[in-house]
Amino acid sequence: MKNQQINHDQDYKYGFTTDIENIKAPKGLSEKTIKFISNIKKEPKWMLDWRLKAFNRLKVSKEPDWQKPKFPKIDYQDLYYYSAPKSMKDKPKSLDEVDPKLIETYNKLGIPLNEQKKLSGVAVDAVFDSVSVATTFKDELTKKGIIFCPISEAIQKHPDLVKKYLGSVIPISDHYFATLNSAVFTDGSFVYIPPNTRCPMELSTYFRINASETGQFERTLIIADKGSYVSYLEGCTAPMRDENQLHAANVELIALDDAEIKYSTVQNWYPGDKNGVGGIYNFVTKRGACRGKNSKISWTQVETGSAITWKYPSCILQGDNSVGEFYSIAITNNHQKADTGTKMIHLGKNTKSKIISKGISAGKADNTYRGLVDIGRKASNSRNYTQCDSLLMGNSCGAHTVPYIKNKNSSSTIEHEATTSKINEDQLFYCNQRGLNQEEAVSLIVNGFCKDVLQQLPMEFAVEAQKLVSISLEGSVG
Amino acid sequence: MLEIKDLTASINNRDILKGLNITIKPGELHAIMGPNGSGKSTLANVLSGKDGYKISGLMKYEGNDLKKMSIDERAQKGIFLAFQYPTEIPGVNTSNFLRTSLNKVKKAKGEKEIDSLSFLRILKNRSSELGIDEKILSRQLNVGFSGGEKKKNEILQMKILEPNFIILDETDSGLDIDALKIVANGVNSYRDKKKSFLVITHYQRLLDYIKPDFVHVLSDGKIVKSGCMELAQELEREGYNKVRS
Repeated sequence: MKNQQINHDQDYKYGFTTDIENIKAPKGLSEKTIKFISNIKKEPKWMLDWRLKAFNRLKVSKEPDWQKPKFPKIDYQDLYYYSAPKSMKDKPKSLDEVDPKLIETYNKLGIPLNEQKKLSGVAVDAVFDSVSVATTFKDELTKKGIIFCPISEAIQKHPDLVKKYLGSVIPISDHYFATLNSAVFTDGSFVYIPPNTRCPMELSTYFRINASETGQFERTLIIADKGSYVSYLEGCTAPMRDENQLHAANVELIALDDAEIKYSTVQNWYPGDKNGVGGIYNFVTKRGACRGKNSKISWTQVETGSAITWKYPSCILQGDNSVGEFYSIAITNNHQKADTGTKMIHLGKNTKSKIISKGISAGKADNTYRGLVDIGRKASNSRNYTQCDSLLMGNSCGAHTVPYIKNKNSSSTIEHEATTSKINEDQLFYCNQRGLNQEEAVSLIVNGFCKDVLQQLPMEFAVEAQKLVSISLEGSVG
Repeated sequence: MLEIKDLTASINNRDILKGLNITIKPGELHAIMGPNGSGKSTLANVLSGKDGYKISGLMKYEGNDLKKMSIDERAQKGIFLAFQYPTEIPGVNTSNFLRTSLNKVKKAKGEKEIDSLSFLRILKNRSSELGIDEKILSRQLNVGFSGGEKKKNEILQMKILEPNFIILDETDSGLDIDALKIVANGVNSYRDKKKSFLVITHYQRLLDYIKPDFVHVLSDGKIVKSGCMELAQELEREGYNKVRS
């Protein structure tokens, strides 16, 4: 492995790694590393200062420890904070060495072989060309005044917007992982939709982790100006490794007056093997601010991957009549753990929020829904509706629901419904008796259980997510 | 078609079927009557392959050993159970479920999968024959269906999947007289020389509409008496105790 310095990674876009092979920051977390990142991205001084401010904050900050899934201490000095996959020569991993399960999974998902090779770090193709919507439709989007580009590019080309909004929803002092991200984030998407513009297509980013011993710190910032609308999709995969890798992303959404943002995630990071070795630590901070009146932010997530998923996509409902929604499917199998949910902070009048959470637990996995609904003093006539359903498969898994409910306004109402059930023998028998085998039956029942959330996804994603739901649970019953 | 010899079945160390014998030939309709707890539903479960039973004895279906076949294999080979309590499956669309099921059966027969237009045509015809409101076909499977709708939906599935051996497990229970007639007509219109039926019921009422070729009395896990329609009438008149003794 060589550490080759390249001055400017002009061609870098998330999903593409071709031109940044062999680049690596010095190991460990230090001012030097941060300067390296800032330098390689040709950032202006204000950005570097911002990062260093976060780094100083990090020194006095501690990892939170209230979450249900515990994990071994992360040695932050033993990680790379900026890295590209090694070249094929340096990494002679043939397709035969890849876990056949992974191959099978991607075959089933209908992702072509060369894409599959790329996913497992075997070969780097230009297949992602077609995935990078940012490039494909850039002209069409630019005509409408829409900005969709890597955040590193936005820092250079649209500094005023970045300065104004970056860290405005997730302050750099927010919590350990958010602060860490602020110090060392490498790339992610930037979206700006100008006033009264409806984004004519789904914007989509495909994240993957390539290199080993490397943390991924992506940063996404989406701003929907007055009266605009955007739907954004995010997909994730990672190659399998027996080490745990850290993915600590920050995603900030800002919706101004009458604007709407729909944010969908299909998270399929490597979950570790059957014995719980390896997999991604998915410690992500996602937060949206409904800053303007009548604004709306809707989160939809399908979380099937990662060794540990720890995230609470949230909405701060500042503007009067603003709406926050959270639709979630979290599936944990084998030794996977998830502690996920949302926070709905009602500040404005007549604000509404809706939470639909479907947790599915199989194998020896543990699945927690944790959610906060906080209705402030001034948030009169506000409403929340929460529905949390858990489905257990087998006898060795766990499901937990931890709702935090605060209502400081007597004119506002909060409803919470929760159910926990085991996959029903009678339902399986019924499906089997109609000719479906065990796995088809499980898939059908689970997809039915998740339907309320799946139907929130954009069409193209829903089909893929449905397949993913089935595949994640294969072999978990019978 | 179906040959059962010395069939025993137990669950949780409790013997339910204790040496049951029955042979059903193509085109025949056999009725099994018996008091509560005599093992009627267990027989339906065991024939369709439900897990959890310890089984011995012979169970042959079209020359195959049923014991070696999984539930879905049996279903694909043409064994159909109309459930006493059709289960609700939330979030699963009724007509999609039926189409998935039909395609599984077709695939097992080596036939081509059915396209959605042809399927919808069949579905429309069959459901109108049974007086099923088309709206329920776009609802979630059995969710919020009335008792009658659930049972009609079972018969609809039978007519679409076209099985050869049909078990009706107390299909008459919970039906009003109009629904009973519709269900019975559905069954009668499906009877032919190749199809065999095992009709499990408490009451003679259903058998007034679906004429059985044979009537068997099941008691304490065994068939204690066999006969024709007159036996059902006798049971209705005299009660199970008298017939058993």
